[in-house]
Amino acid sequence: MNQTVDDMPREVHVIEPSRGWMHVHWRELWQYRELFGFLVWRDVKIKYKQTLLGAAWAVLVPLCQMVVFTVLFQRVADFSSDGLPGPLFYIAGLLPWNYFASSITQASNSMVQNAPMLTKIYFPRLMAPATPCAAAFVDFALAFVMLLALTFFYGIVPGASWLLLPVFMALACGAAFGAGSFLAALNVKYRDVRHIVPFLVQLWMFLTVITPYSAVKDALGAWRYVYALNPMAAVVEGTRWALFRHLNGVELLPGRPVAVAPGPPWDLFVLGTAVAVAMLAAGIYYFKRMERTFADIV
Amino acid sequence: MRNPQQWELMSTDKIAIQVRGLGKRYRLGETHEVYRTFRDTLATLPAWLRNTSRERRAAKAGGHDPETPPGTFWALRGIDLDVHEGDVLGIVGRNGAGKSTLLKILARITEPTRGRAEIHGRIGSLLEVGTGFHLELSGRENIFLSGAILGMRKAEIRRKFEAIVDFAGVDEFLDTPVKRYSNGMRVRLAFAVAAHLEPEILIVDEVLSVGDAEFQKKCVGKMKDVAGGGRTVLFVSHNMQAVKALCESGILLERGRIVQRGPIADVVEAYLARATAVEPGTPIPPEFHRRYPCDLEVFRVDVLNRHGEPAGFVLMEEPFGLRLHCRARRSRPDYTVNVQFRRDDGLVLGTIGTSYVLDRLEMRDGGVYALTARLKNVFSPGQYSMDVRVAAGPEEIDFVEGIPLTVAPVTAGDELPQREGVVQLRSEWSLEEEDADGAPQGGP
Repeated sequence: MNQTVDDMPREVHVIEPSRGWMHVHWRELWQYRELFGFLVWRDVKIKYKQTLLGAAWAVLVPLCQMVVFTVLFQRVADFSSDGLPGPLFYIAGLLPWNYFASSITQASNSMVQNAPMLTKIYFPRLMAPATPCAAAFVDFALAFVMLLALTFFYGIVPGASWLLLPVFMALACGAAFGAGSFLAALNVKYRDVRHIVPFLVQLWMFLTVITPYSAVKDALGAWRYVYALNPMAAVVEGTRWALFRHLNGVELLPGRPVAVAPGPPWDLFVLGTAVAVAMLAAGIYYFKRMERTFADIV
Repeated sequence: MRNPQQWELMSTDKIAIQVRGLGKRYRLGETHEVYRTFRDTLATLPAWLRNTSRERRAAKAGGHDPETPPGTFWALRGIDLDVHEGDVLGIVGRNGAGKSTLLKILARITEPTRGRAEIHGRIGSLLEVGTGFHLELSGRENIFLSGAILGMRKAEIRRKFEAIVDFAGVDEFLDTPVKRYSNGMRVRLAFAVAAHLEPEILIVDEVLSVGDAEFQKKCVGKMKDVAGGGRTVLFVSHNMQAVKALCESGILLERGRIVQRGPIADVVEAYLARATAVEPGTPIPPEFHRRYPCDLEVFRVDVLNRHGEPAGFVLMEEPFGLRLHCRARRSRPDYTVNVQFRRDDGLVLGTIGTSYVLDRLEMRDGGVYALTARLKNVFSPGQYSMDVRVAAGPEEIDFVEGIPLTVAPVTAGDELPQREGVVQLRSEWSLEEEDADGAPQGGP
């Protein structure tokens, strides 16, 4: 690739005080892609170092959540699950949700955790909160294998709409990265963030994963548009829809045919996507605005 | 002031770094106070409102510099600098003179407040050995990770892998997690990676001061290779021998400004001349303060003999005292003053201070105080230096470096011989006879 340094035109960096809206240097991000790869690799590698079960945790955690939710919310409380067996219903929500929760938690800590690096070396700072958002896909992929096993167990064939899953994961990724970079920047100045985030994530999960949108619609009426401002509701509902829409009418539970909405819930998607895009823009904007002082105060 | 065009005409070489009017302003406390919580912010809000309104009035009356709002200071100001390709430039100055700030701006770690710098070529910075090391990862993994963080390409690291492992001498432990390495091995590996960085411009801060003497020699040798290879190097160090050995030219920074530039020998000489100018019992000139004026200014330090009288030196093993004369420019209930004793190579021998003993010092605006400390003298005869650190609450507000302290040997005729070592340890001994296997004689 680059043989001798002298053949290449010298790169010129201009260092000046930044003012106004700071642009994201896309070209620079591209130049640093190798380092980004290394940072993601480091995150994945050290996540399960010196653990007995290693990467099995990526499967065990959603498995336990799934069992508890099924027993509690379906067996005991008899919440609606759109006619889906509890394990399928909850795991379909937990997969994207756990991706989001782990990304946002790690991302909000990323600047503080990487403080020694931030004060000693230059790299595009946005890569710090972006790294956990990329690394969390590894856990997602492992947990997805469990989902495949479950569908096999229930004798379900994947439908064509599974191809839409990346769209919803992209939405989750955008929302996580936007919120994560905002919280990461805030955390540099105010360490309260690390107390707020776990609590926020927990509340947010109950708002998102437990009930299908059909039940929310029935209960809330026009207020459902407030509910729909949660981009993760769109992601979770969308994931369930994409995974199971081809099963409509099939009786997986005795006497209860699957009743996933045949068409996507557009109100949820449009509002959720708009909010996710706004979160992404606001997160990056705030991060870039704070960026110039990170190394001085972290 | 020379104008920029003239600078460029003067040299035929290509410019590597061009700096014009560079300045960096910090908010007081920003560099030291670690972080805040919302509660801290809320708690300081009333004081902040009070202070700013008072300061605003003071600024109106006293004609404050509008460039330096109250509560801020310039760590670096009006820096003009041209570095040509292949130059090896030493940057010297006392602590807080702005050396590290300058390097951090050029390495793009922090942004300047004013001015502009242009950097032609790939830049690599080495502000600390072991940046990006992760203790859980193996030596092999860390070589790749640290290399990538320092700016090497994967292919480049692969090419240099053998050389790095050779230089560090850790080949047997490549697959052991770095947390099981000894401290020395970790430093060697970290430096080995850094030493194989081959940017066009290399920025180095104090990294040679790690490891044992032998390894340090190896490092200086490697640095010489880098410098001799036609690369541009900016080098910061307190070690004047290393600076002289590596650099051709240099700049001397003092309180954020360049006060001398030219051949390295002259710059080092100027630095040493300034470094020893404060004497006990004489007023401390403004340039010896990290920040001046500041809320609590130590303007003179007296060394006291055992009778509490000002003296030029103290005697070995005799108790002595320090009297710090200070002037408060703002009432605060929480000043602290600490004094650190150092040997000429930087080794800290000990620290005394009000933060260890007294409650915080309450001083009123405009008050002049004498703060006196008495202590046992354990130092061996020789030359030491004292650094005075002044803090208000959690923030360090001033730092005076390098006040000499002479400990004189006790004159002949006295019974006490001088013992070997940095400190004079006093001990009592006794002698009793034992039987062959080490039990006290006459035992049961």
